[in-house]
Amino acid sequence: MKIGVVVFPGSNCDHDAYHVSKHVCGADTRFVWHKDADVKGLDAVILPGGFSYGDYLRTGGIARFSPVMKAVGEFAAKGGTVIGICNGFQILQEAGLLPGAMLRNRTTKFLSQPVHVRVERTDTPFTAGLTAGDVLTMPIGHGEGNFYLPDADLDRLEGEGRVVFRYARKDGTLDEASNPNGSARAIAGVCNEGRNVIGLMPHPERASEAALGCADGVKLFQALTRVLQAA
Amino acid sequence: MSSAGSGSIDTAVLERHGLKPDEYDRIKAALGREPNLTELGLFSVMWSEHCSYKSSRIHLKTLPTKGPRVLQGPGENAGAVDIGDGLAAVFKIESHNHPSYIEPYQGAATGVGGILRDIFTMGARPVAVLNSLRFGDLDEEKTRRLLAGVVAGIGGYGNAFGCPTLGGEVVFEPCYAKNPLVNAFCLGIAKKDEIFLGRAEGVGNPVFYVGAKTGRDGIHGATMASAEFGEGSEEKRPTVQVGDPFMEKILLEACLEAMKTGAIIGIQDMGAAGLTCSTSEMGSRAGNGIEINIQKVPKRETGMTAYEVMLSESQERMLLVAEKGREKEVIDVFEKWDLHAEAIGKVTKGKRLKVYDGKTLEADVPNEALTDQAPVYDRPWVESVNPAAAEDLSALIKPSDLGEVLLKLLAAPNVSNKRWIYRQYDSTVRTNTMIGPGSDAGVIRIKGTKKALAMATDCNGRFCWLDPAEGARLAVAEACRNVAAAGAVPIGATNCLNFGNPEKPEIMGQLVAAIRGMAEACVALDVPITGGNVSLYNETDGQAIYPTPVIGVVGLIEDATRAQSSWFKQAGDEVYLLGTTGDDVGGSEYLKAVHRRVAGRPPKLDLKAEKRLIDLMGEAAAAGLLCSAHDASDGGIAVALAECCFVKEEAGLGARLDLPASALRPDRQLFSETPSRMVVSTRDGADLETLAHHHGVPCARLGTVGGDQLTVSSGGDTLFDLPVVKLLEAWTSLERRLSQR
Amino acid sequence: MKARVYVTLKKSVFDPQGKTIHDALASMGYSSVADVRQGKFFEVSLEGVAAAAGKKLVEEIAHKVLANPVIESYTVEVE
Repeated sequence: MKIGVVVFPGSNCDHDAYHVSKHVCGADTRFVWHKDADVKGLDAVILPGGFSYGDYLRTGGIARFSPVMKAVGEFAAKGGTVIGICNGFQILQEAGLLPGAMLRNRTTKFLSQPVHVRVERTDTPFTAGLTAGDVLTMPIGHGEGNFYLPDADLDRLEGEGRVVFRYARKDGTLDEASNPNGSARAIAGVCNEGRNVIGLMPHPERASEAALGCADGVKLFQALTRVLQAA
Repeated sequence: MSSAGSGSIDTAVLERHGLKPDEYDRIKAALGREPNLTELGLFSVMWSEHCSYKSSRIHLKTLPTKGPRVLQGPGENAGAVDIGDGLAAVFKIESHNHPSYIEPYQGAATGVGGILRDIFTMGARPVAVLNSLRFGDLDEEKTRRLLAGVVAGIGGYGNAFGCPTLGGEVVFEPCYAKNPLVNAFCLGIAKKDEIFLGRAEGVGNPVFYVGAKTGRDGIHGATMASAEFGEGSEEKRPTVQVGDPFMEKILLEACLEAMKTGAIIGIQDMGAAGLTCSTSEMGSRAGNGIEINIQKVPKRETGMTAYEVMLSESQERMLLVAEKGREKEVIDVFEKWDLHAEAIGKVTKGKRLKVYDGKTLEADVPNEALTDQAPVYDRPWVESVNPAAAEDLSALIKPSDLGEVLLKLLAAPNVSNKRWIYRQYDSTVRTNTMIGPGSDAGVIRIKGTKKALAMATDCNGRFCWLDPAEGARLAVAEACRNVAAAGAVPIGATNCLNFGNPEKPEIMGQLVAAIRGMAEACVALDVPITGGNVSLYNETDGQAIYPTPVIGVVGLIEDATRAQSSWFKQAGDEVYLLGTTGDDVGGSEYLKAVHRRVAGRPPKLDLKAEKRLIDLMGEAAAAGLLCSAHDASDGGIAVALAECCFVKEEAGLGARLDLPASALRPDRQLFSETPSRMVVSTRDGADLETLAHHHGVPCARLGTVGGDQLTVSSGGDTLFDLPVVKLLEAWTSLERRLSQR
Repeated sequence: MKARVYVTLKKSVFDPQGKTIHDALASMGYSSVADVRQGKFFEVSLEGVAAAAGKKLVEEIAHKVLANPVIESYTVEVE
């Protein structure tokens, strides 16, 4: 089992995802350079957070044209597991591998804070083995995390069971105050139709060790390594 | 030798360059001839206060800079201390005050960019940032606009770069209205024996330029930072540089990777005074010269003269010296990151900086004349005596409801929760943050070791205004105490001295006294100063800021699991006050917020008592005796106890506490800002008492943690009894108040 | 030749930045401002293409790169 963490120019959570995958979960992990034209030999690809190309056009708007993204697209089409965290999620949206787009947070400001997310679906490789309704605490750190899709598309997304995470209160109930950025229907993470491409705005890799105050996020990485190992 | 401009240097030209006639005479003596305009430009930026420290240099020499852990003291891009495991903590604090007033977003952003570059230039990966900010009254619309811009700029740059902000300070006082202070601290980790220096060693080695292209931005930024503001300052906008955090991020990765090749000899970032400073300083430190051709310098604009290229302060640029014959290794790394390392010159014998434009020699200057031999002034100064310090505070009206006073203090902008600010800064990227913003100190673990580092910045400007020497001593003590509260042993410090116009003897007196106080405290508390920055001329229309010698202290926690935060952890834990409370309302938050006065003597610091407390804290934390620790400072013991009941921004546990019987009037007992005090909670009260006794630190058991009320009495008489949620509501009220505007 | 591309959020998409600016203007007393929408402006310089082909090219770039069709719309002007 081998996990790749893509390094785009401006990625700044690449070391973090690598650290948790390799040192916390013990998975065989390597970096993948954005100019690489293939992702051969990998069982899963993580697109980490950061500010690829400074997010100067739109968040993830330039990175999606990287050579590696063509390879990631092909990998995903064949059923390969792809996880996008924060900027990685935004890149997947820009690349058309995940639905929706991110608007500026409704506060208009960057938000760095812990949030609670409710696990909605456990039929993805990032949430397998968890229980629907589980509430995980992890940080967010973004200025554009306000998930947008037109209502009809949202209905379809919900109907297909593709909302994987929602911002919630600690007890799992939903309310306006616990939706930090104003995301439509409190969506914090979604998956594609094949359920092999998953994106989320919160950072599970930053909440994966008790020494840092919370280890909820490691459950997602552990789910991933379990699923890959079983495959 | 180009004679462009020579002969046209008159007093108007000198004035535009911020040079005095006698300084011009010195330039002529150093050159043995008249300078041309390009050369005059080089001198003007290098001899500016910002680059030369000409007013402060003789006094800065009195600061302690050595110690067994110090690997690199002042004079390089940043200081470095040994933290064991073959690692070094590389850190520094720097100001970007003037640019931030002129253009808050970009001024603050490039301030962060500059300090990050200082750190990674040393071969260290930046892992933590603190910001020490000061603004005018928050009720002023202009202050809120400045604050919003500065905070957005810090976040915009630091977040994109990917270095967590762990805390700092935000202070509001009217004196900063037109001279806000933006001081940024950064800490990085490097291998101890792989620290890079800004030295142009090896005659014949190539000199490379990497990073962003050079434009006309920022020309004369260094001289601007050394000028007093007056009417029309806001028109100076064009000299403000624009930051590019994306470029900085790839520059960081490329530089660290290039350093690993072993082909880099020396490296320096281009900050203030750009190419001029980096070429002359690198040459000067190594006792060599540097020769460059400005035609090779990558430029963003056309038709730039040697003068403009040398003085440009375009951001995100580095100068490096590589080993001859290994150029390709360096070039290849930068190419990988889509950056181009451009060879613009070479290291030469003979200690001269020579600037060519093609074949034309545009400047030929002994580089030591620009650096070490820059003017040093022993400016006249008078011992600072502030009449406000002598005001009698014995007749203060006694407030009828101490609980109301506490709520008022908790809601005061200088005390209240600052989440509305720090929520805009990424505080958890890099997965090292153990304690983020909002506690006494920020704490990061050091991956690959068992250790953690704590860091804090401090300065109480009111204390310094009332008594600069005492204020500076108190600043050092508080910063050390803050890292000690987190469980760390203070091991090194960096300073950022923000003052008014040093040409005024009373301002110069403040600077001299503050440096004296800082030196005394650093010696007594065993924290050498490894570098820093001086920002003078923080005056507008003759109104100076409070003397503000900000200090950043780094502390080492040998066992990261011993790091502790400020809030109470568990019902039943015992609460102790370490240290004693004196009659110290002079300059206090209480005096300001309730009695509307800034007066009286600041608290008298007993450095020996402070050292005993810090030593005790280090041992108690290492022994695992403490559950929480919080220093009592702004707002006194009452505010400190209330803050112990807040878990970040949520209500935590209350406590029922009885302060030691005291002859002090209750308001003074609660709100005095006596230093050398700490509120701790423990499950090993007896052991703590024994240890405190052993260290000679007064240790009083106040009561136990529990419930949802904070009840405080003294000698049995209840002083206040308030629900934690009500205290929290006051403490977080500012955020709501601001969002409703 | 030069082309100008204006990218704005679609009418149906909420624009928090535009709203914030609008609110600020209202509080400053500009009561006649009914709405503010924020957007992006690109100036694209082209060489060696005729006007019609240039416009087509820039429209392609706008559609593919400069705007995100999920949330944004664009207009292209050529000079």
